[in-house]
Amino acid sequence: MNPRSALAGAAVALALAIAASGCGSGGTPQDVVLVTHDSFVIPKAERKAFQDETGLKLRVLQSGDAGQALTTALLTAGNPQGDVFFGVDDNLLSRALAGNLFDPYRPAALAHVDPRYAGDPKHRVTPIDHSEVCVDYDRMWLAKHGIEPPRSLDDLADPRYRGLLVVENPATSTPGLAFLLATIARYGDPGWKSYWTKLRANRVLVVDGWEEAYDARFSGGSAHGKYPIVVSYSTDPAAAVYFAGKALDASPVAVLRDSCFRQTEYAGVLRGTHNANGARKLVDFLLSERFQAGMPLTMFVLPTREGVPLPAVFTRFDPTIAHPLELTPARIGANRDRWVSEWTDLVVR
Amino acid sequence: MGERVDGPRGALAPGRVWRLVSYGVPLAFLGLFFVYPLEEILRRGLGPGGGLGTDGSRSALDVLTDPVTRDVLWFTIWQATASTALTIAVALPAAYVLGRYDFPGRNVTRALVTVPFVLPTVVVALAFLAILPARIDRGWVAILIAHAFFNVAVVVRVVGTFWASLDPRVSDAAATLGAGPWQRLREVTFPLLAPALSAAAAIVFLFSFTSFGIVLVLGGPSYSTLETEIYNQAVRIFDLRAAAVLSLVQLACVAAAVWVTTRLETRLAVRGQIRPERDVVRKPRTPAEKALVVGSLGGLTLFLGLPLVVLVERSLAVGGGHSFDAYRALTRPTSALLATPWEAVVNSLVYASVATAIAVSVGGLAAFAVAGSDRRARGSRFLDGFLMLPLGASAVMLGFGFIIAFDRSPIDFRAAPWIVPVVQALVAIPFVVRIVAPTLRSIDLRQREAAATLGATPGQVRREIDLPVVGRAVAVAAGFAFAISLGEFGATVFLARPDRPTLPVAIYRFLGRPGELNAAEAYALAVVLMAVTALSIFVVERVRVRRAGWL
Amino acid sequence: MLRVEDVTVHFDGHAALDRVSLDVAQGEILTVLGPSGSGKSTLLRVVAGLQPPDSGRVLLDGVDLAPVPAHRRGIGLVFQDHALFQHRDVEGNVGFGLRMRGDPPESVRARVTELLTLVGLSGYERRSVATLSGGEQQRVALARALAPEPRVLLLDEPLGSLDRRLRDRLLEDLGRLFAELGVTAVYVTHDQAEAFALGDRVAVVRRGRIVQTGTPDELWSHPADEDVARFLGLANVLETPDGPRVIRPEAVTVTAIRDGSIGDGLVESTARQGALVRLRIAFPDGRRLDAVVAALEHPVAGEHVAVTIDPAGIIDLP
Repeated sequence: MNPRSALAGAAVALALAIAASGCGSGGTPQDVVLVTHDSFVIPKAERKAFQDETGLKLRVLQSGDAGQALTTALLTAGNPQGDVFFGVDDNLLSRALAGNLFDPYRPAALAHVDPRYAGDPKHRVTPIDHSEVCVDYDRMWLAKHGIEPPRSLDDLADPRYRGLLVVENPATSTPGLAFLLATIARYGDPGWKSYWTKLRANRVLVVDGWEEAYDARFSGGSAHGKYPIVVSYSTDPAAAVYFAGKALDASPVAVLRDSCFRQTEYAGVLRGTHNANGARKLVDFLLSERFQAGMPLTMFVLPTREGVPLPAVFTRFDPTIAHPLELTPARIGANRDRWVSEWTDLVVR
Repeated sequence: MGERVDGPRGALAPGRVWRLVSYGVPLAFLGLFFVYPLEEILRRGLGPGGGLGTDGSRSALDVLTDPVTRDVLWFTIWQATASTALTIAVALPAAYVLGRYDFPGRNVTRALVTVPFVLPTVVVALAFLAILPARIDRGWVAILIAHAFFNVAVVVRVVGTFWASLDPRVSDAAATLGAGPWQRLREVTFPLLAPALSAAAAIVFLFSFTSFGIVLVLGGPSYSTLETEIYNQAVRIFDLRAAAVLSLVQLACVAAAVWVTTRLETRLAVRGQIRPERDVVRKPRTPAEKALVVGSLGGLTLFLGLPLVVLVERSLAVGGGHSFDAYRALTRPTSALLATPWEAVVNSLVYASVATAIAVSVGGLAAFAVAGSDRRARGSRFLDGFLMLPLGASAVMLGFGFIIAFDRSPIDFRAAPWIVPVVQALVAIPFVVRIVAPTLRSIDLRQREAAATLGATPGQVRREIDLPVVGRAVAVAAGFAFAISLGEFGATVFLARPDRPTLPVAIYRFLGRPGELNAAEAYALAVVLMAVTALSIFVVERVRVRRAGWL
Repeated sequence: MLRVEDVTVHFDGHAALDRVSLDVAQGEILTVLGPSGSGKSTLLRVVAGLQPPDSGRVLLDGVDLAPVPAHRRGIGLVFQDHALFQHRDVEGNVGFGLRMRGDPPESVRARVTELLTLVGLSGYERRSVATLSGGEQQRVALARALAPEPRVLLLDEPLGSLDRRLRDRLLEDLGRLFAELGVTAVYVTHDQAEAFALGDRVAVVRRGRIVQTGTPDELWSHPADEDVARFLGLANVLETPDGPRVIRPEAVTVTAIRDGSIGDGLVESTARQGALVRLRIAFPDGRRLDAVVAALEHPVAGEHVAVTIDPAGIIDLP
């Protein structure tokens, strides 16, 4: 490398730095900034629709996964990076509220949302979407090996399913935590411990993240791994068809409907926003029919707003679970850390 | 005969202004972009309430005395040590062959070896899961193998480059004195090679010490390192205080390791005669030499190539068969990103270019500061070690640090696009210093003196003598810096704007979505990242060949 | 023109140069002769500005050079091992000093051509210096140092690593070149023949001190002491009651004795040095003398010889 070009490069970088520092973040009146995790998706057309409707330009700031995004938001509480935060689920809600992240706001469209999704009576957060964490299985694999699909959580502890289940670590993974909570909702506390003791004896595989579980270990995933049963989402049968890369009549993946645990995801107006008005308009938009209808195919979550039509692939492979397992956010908030550490001692160590 | 010519003290000692610049710029850069944000986040974590405004933070003493902390620390140290040893053992034969022999495809090999180093760890970890036998696909064996896979490039390139400039006549002289091949290696080559070897070992150790994705996936839930534990505490358990305490423990370990290795390097350094590479490398002649070249490179190719082949295969596996559908999909807008995947390629190249320019400028100055003063001088040793610290800092804590440190105008940098190359440069600078400084130190002092007696000012001496001679090292360093910037993920993911994703960020987005096509697109992007890396390093090396006529 | 005054340099406590003083006049070649490690190179480094002296001064045309850094002194230095820039070709090396002072490329090129012609390397401009023979490298190093027209040229054992024949030829070339260009030079060597052949004056250095300075004739006829005499090649130093005396080898005449008598001494060894043969003769009392004969026929080792000494060839040492 030529020394002069290197020096010139440095000078350019410095000049860019100085120029760029003038136009950092922070909401100007024409901008509204959405702070979220990196699973959030908004198509260009909808961004434009928001701008046309409100005259506000939507900027998105993604700070890693849901945990990283929330930690970031907590660190900047009161002097936020943007105006609205989206992506806190009911597992983490107690943290977000304790961290005093949000200003209350009650959008009018809340009238179209089933009250059971409401996470906070003071309306500091608004429920935007929900998803069901379920045990999924590879229909073909089980059929090929002559094994009946499991029908209940109890079945998974049966020796027939020995060494077939892969789950995520609740300490490191959102679906992993949801599945632990599902077992607690089903078997009670401390009844879940004996269930997990049986799962452990039945050689359950624990991995750290959904990516490894689904992409690498699950036989129905892209790597065609060795485990036909996995903790994932109720939308997977639809996604497996939608992203198959070819037309499929039936989905290779099926859901154990008895195992599902509901997660609701919330948005809220960040305390300290410079554009409270714009922030409210953005929350309204997230709850609008238009955005709610697009979410299933972009984020693989289900709308909280009632009467929103689902895309065809979702009506064919219905991901809605009528009576999922649930725990109240308050109970989760009070016990989560203890449960996770007890689970760790019981299953991993 | 001449008297002993000793060090650059005396009349050619660097001038005061130059010293001020060569020390001041790197120190200021690190101070502003490393120490300051890290200090902010640690202070936040150690302060009241654990910094997140929520309860549940443990006291610092609780964290330190927790047996889990002790286990994690112990595992972190021993796995890093073992990984370093394994990496060196795997890489040395190839470093030797590349440093001594000329053969068709030598430059291509050098570029390809670097590819694994920049791949996103989770992608590679998933590839490893597919090829490791079931018995060892989880646990410490898998971790060590994967660390060796990633870091072979460091040893091959740092040591190989240095090897290629060692005068082979010294070894020849030993042969005439009756030393056999092994004796020559032990008595002559290794002592001369020791500075480069320990520099490479230090880097491999730090990378293994702070390894994250590999440990998560290949270690399974029962193995954790300080880095993964810091992440867990900060992001899963929201115990920022525990994360801060563990970060301090990690930083202390890293500082100790750096201190030991810089001392070691000081003790080991020998000012050898540097020869142009053309005089050193030659074609393998005897069948034994040819077998050595083919054998060591073949073995390495198999080791590095197999996981990469798996990645390529995965990128083609769509809809039950094999096709280029995933690649075709890359040019289309996707719901996974706010840009098309191809735009991520362009973003990555732009970021990496700026990061390389910063790293080469700041790191180059630092290399002059480190090499220009007496090797035993405290100042230079301190700077040398200090610059290594970002390699050992937790990426997640540094990312948080940036967000809270630069949160007010006029320095509200949180969403400024240039913050990404700055962070990437932080990781690349130690490589530049480590690669350039040893070569700079080994420049024959007489060449500088000859230039001075011909009327060259100190600045002209640096430009005309030092830079062309270290040109090769600078090119290698620039290639490395570029590759590191391309692959950096831990901090980039926090700071990159969603409409300007980099390749690794895009890969993770695809990996996080269900369905075969998404997985295939992730792997296809990984293949593109591989190709871009190999190509850019190859280009950097060609450029240098033309500029410095003696290669 | 160049004046060195009382220069002292210490390395790790021992004196590499100890109160060295000397003068070089405009156009004069001063050779500095001394064994390895006697401080010769350090002297050149001090003059060139590469080594600051612990005490003493270097003056050029009456100006103290202490505040002038090496690159502004206008003093050229030819290094012992040439120190050619391996990363540049011949033209890049020779034109280096000219480029440093900002000469335009055309004039650099013209001057390089001129100098390469001068040192007998016309057409070598594009050659890589690594491909040159030792003698050619030496010429490039010389051309490089001469190119910026230094006020004083310093040469540090420039011919040290070359073989004898090449050295003799280059020595001749150097002498002619210096005379032609009117160069003022300080030439350091450990070889007495080189020093005498090239130097207008010779300074003999020992252990960091100058022990004698003079023209070659002066030195040869009046060496300052026994060590100087021996170093100059005057091996016949004999202890006499009146002090040490040197007997020139050419003043010793040797005649072979073939009648079986013992004669004066025994030829121990012979060595041919070009036209001359040097004989070492041992006397019964244990003393030894060197003698030189020019004849083709000469006594061989083991022969007894008669020895006569020309009194004019005996020098009293002070």
